[in-house]
Order: sequence, then C-alpha cells, then structure tokens
Amino acid sequence: MSEVRDGLFYSEEHEWASAAGGQVVRIGITDHAQCQLGDIVFVELPQPGSSVNAGESVGSIESVKTVSEMYAPVSGKVVRVNESLLDQPEIVNGDPYGAGWIMEVEVEGDVDTALGKLLTADRYRELIE
Amino acid sequence: MKHRYLPLTKQDEAAMLNAVGADSIERLFADIPASVRFQGVLPMSSAHDEPSLLKHMRDLSGRNADADRFASFLGAGIYDHHIPVVIQHVISRSEFYTAYTPYQPEISQGELQAIFEFQSYICELTGLPVANASMYDGATALAEAAALASGASRRKRIVVSRTVHPEAREILRTSARGLGLEVTEVGFLDGVTDLEALEAAIDESTAAVLVQTPNFFGCLENVRAIEPLIHSRGGLLVVSVNPLSLGLLEAPGKLGADVVVGDAQPLGIPMSLGGPTCGFFAVTEALMRKIPGRIVGQTADRDGKRGFVLTLQAREQHIRREKATSNICSNQALLALCASVYMSVMGKQGMQEVARLNLNKAHYAAGRFPAGTKVFGAPFFNEFVLKLPEGATVKELNARLLGAGYIGGYDLGAAYPELAGHVLVAVTERRTKEEIDGFVREWEAWL
Amino acid sequence: MKPEKALIFELSRPGRIAYSLPECDVPEVDPSAVIPVGHLRSEPAALPEVYEVDVIRHYTELSRRNFGVDNGFYPLGSCTMKYNPKINEDVAKFPGFAKIHPYQPEESIQGALEMLYTLQNDLAALTGMDQVTLQPAAGAHGEWTGLMLIRAYHESRGEGRTKVIVPDSSHGTNPASATVAGFETVTLPSDARGMVDLEALRQAVGPDTAALMLTNPNTLGLFEERIEDIARIVHDAGGLLYYDGANSNAIMGIARPGDMGFDVVHLNLHKTMSTPHGGGGPGAGPVGVKSKLAPFLPKPVVGLHPDGTFYWDEDRPQSIGRVKSFYGNFGILVRAYAYIRTYGPEGLRRVSEIAVLNANYMMHRLAPYFDVPYPGVCKHEFVLSGKNLKSAYGVRTLDVAKRLLDFGYHPPTVYFPLNVEECIMIEPTETESKETLDAFIDAMIQIAGEAASDPQLVLNAPYTTAVKRLDEATAARKPVLNCSC
Repeated sequence: MSEVRDGLFYSEEHEWASAAGGQVVRIGITDHAQCQLGDIVFVELPQPGSSVNAGESVGSIESVKTVSEMYAPVSGKVVRVNESLLDQPEIVNGDPYGAGWIMEVEVEGDVDTALGKLLTADRYRELIE
Repeated sequence: MKHRYLPLTKQDEAAMLNAVGADSIERLFADIPASVRFQGVLPMSSAHDEPSLLKHMRDLSGRNADADRFASFLGAGIYDHHIPVVIQHVISRSEFYTAYTPYQPEISQGELQAIFEFQSYICELTGLPVANASMYDGATALAEAAALASGASRRKRIVVSRTVHPEAREILRTSARGLGLEVTEVGFLDGVTDLEALEAAIDESTAAVLVQTPNFFGCLENVRAIEPLIHSRGGLLVVSVNPLSLGLLEAPGKLGADVVVGDAQPLGIPMSLGGPTCGFFAVTEALMRKIPGRIVGQTADRDGKRGFVLTLQAREQHIRREKATSNICSNQALLALCASVYMSVMGKQGMQEVARLNLNKAHYAAGRFPAGTKVFGAPFFNEFVLKLPEGATVKELNARLLGAGYIGGYDLGAAYPELAGHVLVAVTERRTKEEIDGFVREWEAWL
Repeated sequence: MKPEKALIFELSRPGRIAYSLPECDVPEVDPSAVIPVGHLRSEPAALPEVYEVDVIRHYTELSRRNFGVDNGFYPLGSCTMKYNPKINEDVAKFPGFAKIHPYQPEESIQGALEMLYTLQNDLAALTGMDQVTLQPAAGAHGEWTGLMLIRAYHESRGEGRTKVIVPDSSHGTNPASATVAGFETVTLPSDARGMVDLEALRQAVGPDTAALMLTNPNTLGLFEERIEDIARIVHDAGGLLYYDGANSNAIMGIARPGDMGFDVVHLNLHKTMSTPHGGGGPGAGPVGVKSKLAPFLPKPVVGLHPDGTFYWDEDRPQSIGRVKSFYGNFGILVRAYAYIRTYGPEGLRRVSEIAVLNANYMMHRLAPYFDVPYPGVCKHEFVLSGKNLKSAYGVRTLDVAKRLLDFGYHPPTVYFPLNVEECIMIEPTETESKETLDAFIDAMIQIAGEAASDPQLVLNAPYTTAVKRLDEATAARKPVLNCSC
C-alpha cells in the first residue's frame, strides 16, 4: 500500500502540493504515482520563470515502461525546479514527498485558497483505493 | 494439399481437430458470417514448382539491364558502388535475417550489439554523439528531422533548399501536411543554395533549415556559412549527407549541424530499384530524448556482465499511442548491418581511400567533356551536371547510351523545369578509365 | 555462460585492412585543390582497423548470440513469424533485381515492372480491393499512407473530418499513425467478448468521423462477427473503414476485407507474405483501396500500355504525393511475389486454414493450465492471461517469458493487447509441426508447475542465455549509446 501523507494537498492527476513559505507552493508526484510508473529514468522539468495554469501539462516523467504527463495542480509562476533530478531521477522513486520534490510555483493571491481547491489526504486515499 | 513448407499430415489434422472438438477445419471459420465468406478461387497468379519458379524469376530478372552488364553513370541518390563480398555472407546468416526486433535482449545480444556498433559508426562519421538504430531511408529520415525540429522548437515553419533531393522534398511536403507544418523552399545559384534568399526566408518562427551536401547536383553546400543564419534565429540546422563522402569531407556535426541524416545505401547496400535502403539519423546531446525510432544502449546484466538493450523506448508508439511523436516502429536492421559490415571492412583507411577514388574518377570524367558542357562551378564530390545542346533530349541520349552498354545520367528537367536538357552524372570508384572514356565518346558521337 | 563479446572497435590494430579497392587508373587530384580546405575532413573517422577474418568471426559470433525463426519456434503474437523461404532470398539477389537503378529508362526494367504490376493485381485480388500502391515501407508506414488517403478523400468532398476511431485493443501504431496524419484519436472500448461494442460505436460516430481503424481478426485473435453492422454504422455516418492487415494470415482466400466493407487496407508483407523480419526491418506495407480512393494513391503506380509494355504512371493529379523514395522496398516485393507463386491462391487458403488450426489446438491444450479470457474459437492467434500465476505465486508473465528462453523458444508477445491483464499472445503460424507445438505446450505446462513448486526458479530465469536479465533502468537513466572510441 502506498503512502499518502497527511497535511499535504493532492490532485486527481496524482501530484501533491504543500505551502513552502510566502506565496510559494512545492509540488511533486505521489507515492502511488511513482509506484505505478516503476523505475523512473528521466524527469522533464518546466523552465524556471515560466507561467503554468492549474490542470495544464508542465512536463513529463519517463519510466522504463511508460511516459506520463505532469500537470500543474495550481496556477502561477515556476520559481524553482529540483535540478538534482536531472542526474538522479530515481530520487522520485525513493523519496517522493521529500528529496524527490519536482518544482516550486509562486501563486498569485492566497496560497490557502489555491491549495483549498485540491483534495485532502483522506479524499485522495479514497480516490486511489 | 502437400507443400514443402507445411508439415501437417492427415493424421495430425485428425488428432488436432479431435483435441479442439471440431469435426472439420471449416468449423473453425464458422464465426465468419456467410455473407462475407469468399467463394471460389482468388483470381491471383498460379503456383509454380521450385524449378519453374526459378526459371520464371530468372526470366523476369533477365529482362532488366543490370549493373553487372551495363556501366552505370546514374546516381541521384542511389549509387553503383563496389559491395565487399563478405557483406552478403554476413547478412545471409539466418540468425540475423529471420529474427524479429530484439524485444528479448537475452537472446538478441547479437543484433543489439550490431546496432550499437552501427550507432557508433554513424556517430563517428557524422561527428554527433547520438544516433538511432536507423530509419526507412534517407528521405523519410529528413522528414522525421523536420518533425523533430518542430517538436523541439515548438515552431511550425520548415525552410528547405531546392538543392535537396526532389523526392525527399516531396515526402517532406506529404508528411508536413499531416503534421500541419509550413514548408518554404529556397532557390539556388550556380548549383548551391542561394544564401541571401535563405537568410531572407528564415525568421523567428523557423523550426529548422534543411540542406543537403553534397547536394542533389553533386555540389558541396557552404554549411559553415549557413549555420549562423539559422542558429542566430534559434532554429535547428538539419544536414542531409552522402555517408561515403564523409571519408573525405568534414563531419557536419563539426560544422554546427544539430541533426544529420542521410541514406546508407552507398555503404554496401544493393541498389535494388531504390529499396530497401537504410536511413540514418544523428543528433546532438540536447536532442537525445527526442530522437525518433529505436535506439540501443549499453548496460549490465545481473552478474555485471556488459549487455545491450533497446532503450529510451517509453517514447515509442506502442506505449504512447496517440501521444507518440512518430509512428515509426521498425528500423532497417538488416541494412544497417550491411552498412556496419561495410564500415568494418573499409575501416579508417578504406573509407578515406574510397572517397578519394570517387573524387578522382568524377573529376577525371568531368574534365573529359567538351568545355562548357559542365554547368556549375561549385566544388563537387562524385556527381556533376552537364548541359546538352539546344534541341537534344536526355531521353534520346540515354536510349543511345543504353544501346552502347551504358546507363546514362538523371534527367533534371522533370524536377527542375529550368534545367530541361541538363543531366546529372555520377562516377563512382567502380567506373574504369576505359568506361569513362567510352561513355564520353558515345556522348560526343551522338551529339 | 558465454564470456563478454568484444566490440569491433576493440579488435582494431593500426595498420590492418579488410578492403580491396580498384587501383586508381585516372590522374589523381589533390583534394585541397578542388575542395575548399574548410570542407575537408579535419581528422579521419576513427573506424576500426581489422582484417577480413576478424570481420567474419566477429559477425559470426554476433549471429550466434541471436535467435531467429531458423533457430527455433518463435510464436510471437501479431508478428506472424513463419518460415522465411530460402528461394525468396535467392531470387531477390539475382542481378536483374538487386543491381538495377530506380531511374533507369523504363525499357531497361520491363521485367521488374511486370513483376510489380502482377503483384499489385495479386494483392488487390487477395484483399478484395480495386487498386494497390506498393510504396509504403512498413505496416505503420502503410497505416499512415492509408489515413492520408482517407484525409484526401474527405477533403476532395469538402468535408473536414477530424476524428479516427480505434478500439482499445488496437495496435499502438494505429493511434500514433492517426496523430501524425493530423487526426484526433477516439478510443473505443471493447465489449465483454472482446469485440467492438456496437452501442459505443454508434455513440462515437458522427459528422467528424473520418474513419474507423480495425484489425479483423482483432488482436485477441477473434473475428469481429458483426463486421457488416460495424461497416454500416461507420459508412452511414460518412466515415470510411480502414483495415489493419497485420492479422491477414488468418483469412487468406476465406474472407476479404473488401467484401467485409473495408475501404482501405494495408498488408504487412513481412508477416503474411513470409519476407524475413531482418531483425526489425526491412518490411513492406502495401496499401489497397476501393476505386473511389484510387485517384489519391501515392504516385507512381505501375501501369500497362495497350502494347504490352509496362510504365510508371506519374500522371495522377489528385495523388497525395510520394510517401517513400523511389518505388518502395522493391527487394522485399520480389520476395513476396516469389512467395505468392510458391502457393498460388489455393495454397494461400490452405496456409490460413492450418494457421488457424494450429492456434486453436494450442489454445485448447493450454486452457487447463492458464486463464483463457476469451474462450471459443480463435483465428490464427489467441491470448492467455497469466494473472492467476501472478496472484497465487508472484510469478508474472514476464517471468514466464524469460523462463521459456531456457527451453530454447522465443517467447510469445507479452503485455499486449493492453486490455488483457498479464497478457500472453501466441501465434504459432502454419509452418510449425504438431511435434513442435506439443513440445512448446509441454514447456508452458512445466513452467506453470514450476511457478507453483519453485517460483524462484522462474523469477530468476533465464539461466542458459549469453547474458542474464539486463538493467534497463540504468540504460535509460545514464544512456551509453555509442562506444565513444
């Protein structure tokens, strides 16, 4: 059974998001998603500085057996990406909620409002059961 | 009926039907509605026994003028080069030719290693770090390069020189229609791309410039001068090359090309009416994960032993389906093997020597024609363009040459109306001085 | 266990050669006198320096690390790995076929043109189509060509139809080809019996439907019994029917796509017509069409003058244009033609009958040991599911496939079609004997037993191959794609 961490917010496309100080939201993929993908071999990261809209494709994650689109759970501007994934994409498999984070997005307006549109841990658990 | 490829005996048939629980083979087709069942015998060619089939095929084959019996001066994309005899022996190993794609790497290491070596050869020749396992042919490889450039740059305009092979441009146009790309052609001056027109055609929406060198007229394009024109606008430079010329000419990767494609036919692949041949496709490191088709990588097995696998496969159509960026799901493995064996045989020295021979023979031949016959002044490799006097037609000339044992050059008039009465002549290492002199004599005699 | 095999580059010793080129019998030119220095190679390509024996032994050893149909049974579903007749190889090497140039005058290649013309007609007869192009180089290339024809047809009628419908069990190339031909793909669910769900199809078709792409028999090895209803639904909506000919080995001379209502067909000559797969290519994917689509075929096609001579018919103003250099994979077409002429129409029908009998026999014998998701009559291939082995013993279909290697077989196609869990897809073809089928079935039964009694034995297979299971994740994470010598 894959881990769903309490206190994070989740999208139906299996991304997690959490407040990372100020207007910034940190984003990654869930343990369930990395399990489904299997050995991750490449993460195509968005360009820092680019604008993203919630629900739109911002990059892709490639495993040995498939390629999956990655969708932005919130709208805003990409301020930072996890460059260590370029050399070691397997970090996403090992620590999806920690060192395997993917990008940070600065939202316009209220962070809580943006996160409030996403699923809670309990709702996400129901989704993947 | 009995047939030498079919082992089923009457006893087998009875036993198998019994196991299935059917009383006849016909019963196994009961799910096909009677209304779509075919009745009677298909109106197709009849069966031959083995001796009569050989005779029939020999008869068909004998009615073609082959390059063993005729001295060929025809090129334009397909060339009559010497094919080292070992190639046929290698590709006739049925472990190679009767295998499918190496999806089971443990029992396909031979093919996988052969492809890995092919990729290495193409990287060496082109001066780029990544090559795929091959494409259908050089022309479709060029069209795929345009698609890659559009995908990588998120731009929709392709600029192609008119000195690129006319059939490759036709295929590019056909595939661009499917992909919604806009293709702009740029003209030529004295046999090479008009650089001023090229510069004017490139803008910030240009995904790539496509050039060929030696180009369709045999002339060398000034890739060094073309490179900054496209890179300064953020597009990609795609160069199509004759791989045999790279024994002598600079690797396009060193001239700034982002993608290098071409057809490996000159490297030990029979002409075979133009197919099958083998396209090659090489890219820079930055484009590695966007390269279409199959690719083989080195890895290790559970004991740490070196081995090879198909890799970066997740992009392939059988996984991505409608999200795939290309629908190619095969390569030309057997012909890539031809090319690999050719490069193994020729080696570092031989590749240089064969390219030099082509240069020597073509330049000797070009000098034998009366002054003013050869039209373009640009440097050339093993092909050049000649002009016939007013009123003479290439068709009549070639008919006369055929009668004298020569296969004449390519009639440029159809693809280039402004070059009606011009002929493209190729001279490979296979042409002897005697054949060249005889060809020129026939030509002059006819005029 | 075999030791590692050296790369050809690792055999290189400076000074060795394996080539023999003609003496230069013309005056030599100094390259730098005729070519600007900036165009000349600054350093020679670092190709290996070996002698002829090295070359032969190197590739002979590589061939011994490879498995083809000539090595043994190769029941790879959907790929029709039948015997590749040797006479086809011999005739394709005749100089009049192998050593002719595509731009030679027509009068100098009449034998080749006659062969192509006859093959066009034979394939049209076989599929029930009116005209055929031989240009496409592979099945996927044929699909794309066919879809471009469909697009041209609709456009000529002023209709901008944008959607292509494919069943969820279709070959992955179908949706990919639709995308590169500029169409949107609509995926159609299969019904419980593995067939096209007619109600879902009725819902899916509309004024934007360009075509339905279908394989029949489908990828589960089942004949779409309601093909006429399917055709009616699509045609009534103004769409066309595309036939993916990958599974034609089941129905030659028995049922024709043209009679089922299909408008466009491609054939894989490297499957149905026995031309060798070559380790991944070359193949050929000719496309046949009903007459209403014929004006759009790629040019040229081969025509016959009233005087009995053959010619390239380039005068086709509505053509979608060329899809392949020159005239397609001629060398493959020669082999396919020779194949047709070893069997004739009655022989080809017998080929399909035996292919279907072999598949049904295997399915019935394996049914007690593996889950058969679609029981009943199959055509030339069938699917099993390994889901029971997985849930009971943790042995996946991949493990079963790897264990088969130790028995000297190429495994079946696995994990396709996608709508069958832990799928195993078996296609025996007609050229295999009952003894071969029985021995393979026995191996499958033994492996099913091993999964229960000693799962580790299966999970760690193979044991007898040149290498063991390979690390595909590292290969993709840190790609080493050439030897960088």
